[in-house]
Amino acid sequence: MIDVLLNVALVLLSVSTLGFVYRVIKGPTTPDRVIALDAIGINLIGITAITCIVLRTQAFLEVILLLGILAFIGTVAFSKFIEKGVIIEDERKS
Amino acid sequence: MKENLEVILAFIIVLGALISLISAIGVIRLPDVYTRNHAASKGATLGILLILSCAFLFFWVEDGYMNARLLLGIIFVFLTAPVAGHLISRAAYYSGVPLWEKSGQDALKTKNKQGKQKQR
Repeated sequence: MIDVLLNVALVLLSVSTLGFVYRVIKGPTTPDRVIALDAIGINLIGITAITCIVLRTQAFLEVILLLGILAFIGTVAFSKFIEKGVIIEDERKS
Repeated sequence: MKENLEVILAFIIVLGALISLISAIGVIRLPDVYTRNHAASKGATLGILLILSCAFLFFWVEDGYMNARLLLGIIFVFLTAPVAGHLISRAAYYSGVPLWEKSGQDALKTKNKQGKQKQR
């Protein structure tokens, strides 16, 4: 019973990730693609958590932290790049 | 007792996956960047927070002790997802992505020039 429900949740998350991939490919502007990539990263966190429950192990829980940090830093870097053209500002050059 | 609790948690996980699917439908169908950001950052975050909280309670029920790593992951996702959504929406506005033509009002329109001057 539990495993059937968890597999259903995995299928739903995979379909929603496919929807975000469609937006990454199609998206007319760059911020669209960045938003969809951020959502894909968050979906991957959920898929990892459900995989942990299905396998009854706690081995993959570090992956959740790592994916969260990477998705956040990637989004921040992309938004700085879109807004200002540089990621790390150099005060001496300006 | 334990089995029933785990089945309830699995149902809430399916609910979270459904919320994430609804957010994906929103990201596909909504007309411009800002509304898509609204769907993606709110919907996906709520769904994943439901899933992570249920995983936390599941391991608590299963093993009998709390898992600090998962709790840290929940807090981190809860703190950073709204910040990331706000940053990317702000970057889209200042880089000149147009609003949907049927949008009601642009509250930043008059402030835009002042903000640009203050930045430089």
